[in-house]
Amino acid sequence: MAILPQKAPSLKRQNLIQMTMIHAVLIFFSLIFVFPLLWMLITSIKPASEAMKTNFIPTEVRPGNYLEAIWYGSESLGYAPFIQYALNTAVVVTLIVAGTVISNAIVAYSFGRLNWPGRNVAFALTLATMMVPFPVLMVPIFGLFRDLGWVGTFKPLWVPAWFGSAFNIYLLTQFFKSLPFELSEAAKIDGCSEWKIFADIIVPLSKPALAVVGLFSFMGAMNDFLGPLIYLQDQKSYTLSLGLQAFQSQHGGTQWHLLMAASAIVIAPIIILFFFTQRLFIQGIAVTGIKG
Amino acid sequence: MKGHLAKDHAKNGILFALPWIIGFSVFLLYPLVQSLYFSFTDYSVLRPPVWIGLKNYTNLLQDEVFIKTLSNTFLFAALSLPAGLVFSIGLALLLNTKVKGLAFYRTLFFIPSIVPPVSLAMLWLFLFRGDGGLVNLVLETVGIRGPDWLGSPEWSKPALVLMGLWGVGNAVVIYLAGLQNVPQALYEAADLDGAGPWTKTWNVTLPMISPVIQFNLVMGVIGTFQVFTIPYIMFSGGGPDRSALFYSMYLYDNAFVYQRMGYASAMGWVMFLIIFALTMIVLRMSEKRVHYGS
Repeated sequence: MAILPQKAPSLKRQNLIQMTMIHAVLIFFSLIFVFPLLWMLITSIKPASEAMKTNFIPTEVRPGNYLEAIWYGSESLGYAPFIQYALNTAVVVTLIVAGTVISNAIVAYSFGRLNWPGRNVAFALTLATMMVPFPVLMVPIFGLFRDLGWVGTFKPLWVPAWFGSAFNIYLLTQFFKSLPFELSEAAKIDGCSEWKIFADIIVPLSKPALAVVGLFSFMGAMNDFLGPLIYLQDQKSYTLSLGLQAFQSQHGGTQWHLLMAASAIVIAPIIILFFFTQRLFIQGIAVTGIKG
Repeated sequence: MKGHLAKDHAKNGILFALPWIIGFSVFLLYPLVQSLYFSFTDYSVLRPPVWIGLKNYTNLLQDEVFIKTLSNTFLFAALSLPAGLVFSIGLALLLNTKVKGLAFYRTLFFIPSIVPPVSLAMLWLFLFRGDGGLVNLVLETVGIRGPDWLGSPEWSKPALVLMGLWGVGNAVVIYLAGLQNVPQALYEAADLDGAGPWTKTWNVTLPMISPVIQFNLVMGVIGTFQVFTIPYIMFSGGGPDRSALFYSMYLYDNAFVYQRMGYASAMGWVMFLIIFALTMIVLRMSEKRVHYGS
């Protein structure tokens, strides 16, 4: 279907028909892609009695469902669960994103712009580790955090983020390599330390790449479910993903309007971020997906 | 002077790489070696591991649930990877026709792929409901009586595949970027040779984006074996007749529900070997077909 615009004027009419058909197909799929989310929003503002009915327009619009979902069970718990979850998530995600960006930038600077014996072997080894699936490491890492007494705290979720990860190192190394080496040489002649070159020259020039790494680590941290499931025990320490699942297993199958409201709350931060960083998002995915 | 500089570089190099040297040792190498050791032991957290040789591995072969999860996972991969590949490339090709409103369509296709997996699971639990779920209502309007998606062993996997197709926007963006990198000159040359749109797609477009396809296929294989969150939430206990119990879910159950850490480690290593083998197969299969350009 790689239909290219044809230049010959005699084909103009055929072209128009083609384009109309392409638009029709695209609009059809757009509806399929958008409708489930729209349905979620509609259900989230319906009265309880209509949650399982199929009317598109609620007889009564109830934005109060959101408040009800947020405060659900707060009387017995002594805190508003979804506000608590959101705060927990904010803490964990901030620490993860900061750690990921800072540690990977530092390490990638070493691989991309410094010469040291064994560097290339170490880099190849780093790339090879991308093949190792997390479940292989899960049991010993759990044991490690248990021995440290960290189970039940946020530490197992964010501490590893401060020690680099293969894919991000690879991504940033490639980017740092593409910056002219003359910059470093000139700075060195001026007496700059390696750290100063990194922090004052390379980092400012690498903002787009660092933003992509930060964005994806934000997504990963927001979406992480297995980590919180393994390490968090007290409901008060749950993140949004784990909290939403807990909500569903307690009241699921019945209170669909509240469940949809709660789900929409969990989606909101990511959708909002997406609309502010759309270009970066799309470019980042395109670049990382192609270069791998 | 020069030797001094090199030494300086070496010292700084190690210093800057230090976070990763620690991270690699503590969070990768050490757990990898330890899980290999655990896989040869009977280890249940409360008691120290006891060496039992290959017993975990031979037990796996006789574990019916394990065999079931293995076949579930392979079957799911065999359904979802080709479906996702065809659908995402199809949409990308449509978007690549210099159609007006490209950015708008792309955004719409993309948004579902950023919905957090837990919310995604909730949404589709709602949509796939047997009693008046939206999916079956839509099917009804075109005269199809929809199945009990989540309650029947035959339809649980197709339901997950459909959900996967809904989240295909990520791949569409990747393929679209790949398509836009195909040099225009190649199409002009094909035009001169009198190639039609289909010929151009088969002989120019697809070969040119084959490295992207290959990369995504490899990532897809690795990803499928680690599928966890969505089926874990949607199918407690693995769904009807354990039809939605996948490899990672059973591994998790063994490790953290049954406390069979040694057994879970053996499962982890088997997974590692399978992923490694499949990756090699994908790479080799496409060795001849993949065109890397110059």
